[in-house]
Amino acid sequence: MDFTVILQAGIASGTVLLFATIGELFSERAGVLNLGVEGMMLIGAMSAFSTTIATGNPWLGVLVAMLFAGLISQIHAFIVITLQADQVVSGLSLTFLGAGISLVLGEGLSKAGTVALLPDFSIPLLTLIPIIGKIFFTNQSVLVYVGYLLVPLSWYYINRTRPGLHLRAVGEYPSAADALGINVFRMRYFYVFVGGMLAGLAGATISLAVSPGWFSELTTGGQGWIAIGLVIFAQWDPFRAAVGAYAFGALRRLILDIQGPLVLLGFANPFYYNPYLGFFLQMLPYLFTVVVLVIGSREAMRKRIGAPAALGNPYVRGERGK
Amino acid sequence: MAESRSIKQRTPLRIRVEPRLSEPPAWFPAVVSFSAILVALILGGILISFAGGDPIRSYIHIAKASFGDIGVISDTIVKATPIILAALACSVAFRMKLWNIGAEGQFIMGAFGASAIVLAPVLPAETPPWIFIPVMMLAGMAAGALWGFIPGYLKAKFNVNEIISTLMLNYVAVAWVNFWIFGVWTEGGFQMSPKFPVAANLPRLTDFAKIFPIFRGLTTHLGLVIGIVAAIILWFIIFRSRWGYEIRLIGDNPQAARYAGINITKNVIWVMMLSGALAGLGGMSEVTGVVHRLQTAPLAAGYGFTGIIVAWLAKLNPLVIIVASVLFGALILAGREIQPSGVPKMIQGIILVCLIASDFLLRYRIVIERGEE
Repeated sequence: MDFTVILQAGIASGTVLLFATIGELFSERAGVLNLGVEGMMLIGAMSAFSTTIATGNPWLGVLVAMLFAGLISQIHAFIVITLQADQVVSGLSLTFLGAGISLVLGEGLSKAGTVALLPDFSIPLLTLIPIIGKIFFTNQSVLVYVGYLLVPLSWYYINRTRPGLHLRAVGEYPSAADALGINVFRMRYFYVFVGGMLAGLAGATISLAVSPGWFSELTTGGQGWIAIGLVIFAQWDPFRAAVGAYAFGALRRLILDIQGPLVLLGFANPFYYNPYLGFFLQMLPYLFTVVVLVIGSREAMRKRIGAPAALGNPYVRGERGK
Repeated sequence: MAESRSIKQRTPLRIRVEPRLSEPPAWFPAVVSFSAILVALILGGILISFAGGDPIRSYIHIAKASFGDIGVISDTIVKATPIILAALACSVAFRMKLWNIGAEGQFIMGAFGASAIVLAPVLPAETPPWIFIPVMMLAGMAAGALWGFIPGYLKAKFNVNEIISTLMLNYVAVAWVNFWIFGVWTEGGFQMSPKFPVAANLPRLTDFAKIFPIFRGLTTHLGLVIGIVAAIILWFIIFRSRWGYEIRLIGDNPQAARYAGINITKNVIWVMMLSGALAGLGGMSEVTGVVHRLQTAPLAAGYGFTGIIVAWLAKLNPLVIIVASVLFGALILAGREIQPSGVPKMIQGIILVCLIASDFLLRYRIVIERGEE
């Protein structure tokens, strides 16, 4: 087993989680918990794939995926921002809705065969860096590089720009933001839309780059939920989100590759000789998410930092204390 | 204070939205829920025709295929049975604002626990049913409760978000059962265990066809009785017991509950275990009443998720859950033959969205005014 190859593939599959996690991070920073990530990712994966089949243009696929998922996210936005319903239940329903719509519209897509995929390329010079060049900058999908850019840009936007300051204000203290003339409702709609678009991009990354195709609900396989867990682990910080997302991507690849070789670290590979043990490997990403949550929650309790203060609460003008 | 809201400013219509100061009449929530379902079916119909189907024929087909004659009514009830127990599981946790969305995994673990009694084997195949069935019920409930205990403990001790942890454990449960049916209890290399002995199956109506010929072919099984009894017991726990009072108080106002000296940590763990046990009982009922062998596909069929919607539709009331489950049982039963195959899932999603949106009408009054303001 060549670990640089596994990490290289892990970065690509971690990019899926990265987009979804950063998207959810924006939405939560504005005070809106959106548990519909899984559903929006399915919408994105399905619409990216079917658009690409229909038009032959994967870029158009990415665009449609982002817009469609963004549109779906606005249902959640309307229900929780305007109608002030419970964000947990509404987000759950968005997951059902997204899964259902993508299953209906994606009927027959799984037999559609191959499509034009997004291009892979290497970055000149940077590939020459030992190990790192191979892992990060060699034959990666264009979306992987988009991911590299998204992380620092998101951090800068949230922490160093004026709109970012408004974003944080809306999530931490909406009535103060409102008093300053920031339109809390419009901001929340907007960032839920951003979250939806990034979830759609995450879905498109699966169906057009990482594991091309449409495999109904197995396409995402719970990654939307892992992304929500990663936001908590990341403590709403883009850089920590990137660390978590890439680590999970690498883990997913490792699980796939570990069952191949006869000999593992000098021992007979138990996963090769007893393939049924593979089911325990399948559990790992999900168990890891729980472990990561325990770590994130304990740290948040100790450092007394945590979720944006208004996360989960509808903003009602004129009500005290919100 | 919060009188009219900003909707007013954004729409040209003279519609005013104001909070309800008094409780709406008792019939009102039922009418709102019913209208929400109606709206959902219309929206679903639009989407079906968008996907190239015929919505009216689809709906007529659903009605016929689920309530057309006594045979299919029985099949509908068979589908409703696991939903009743899964929805009860969700309802008790939601009552405390504990978002257990792991009923699916607890259901599967319950089926596993019950199956282990036969397959391990804990009891020999010659055991009489009156011993087999209670032992399997206990094993199913214990396995489900364990699967609820884990996220409950993590929530109570480390404040771990139970939404994510319960959902992650769903995937773990499926992989766990897959390991056993592929690797240990496989029948001839297939992805299933051998069939259970007859004594380990829940009795069905058709088993009594010798005495009552009308029951011939009806597969409604004892699980329905288990579900109804569980609903009645849960109703008494929630509305007539001290524990139920604590659960409701924590759900409505955790601050007040804390001041009243209620131990929230302990309640989180116990309620998650009760929730898991109910879902586990559902898994036991399904594996011993319908599937008759341990097999992942028919067990991990989304009953736990449907339970979430049903619990919400029933406003968490255990007795209403029984009725709502029959409706969803019908949808799932008839949905199997509808093309495209995602339709039932999509309609469930739309129903849930409309239900949640409609809650607005319970909290606010919409006043339509004519003329200038």
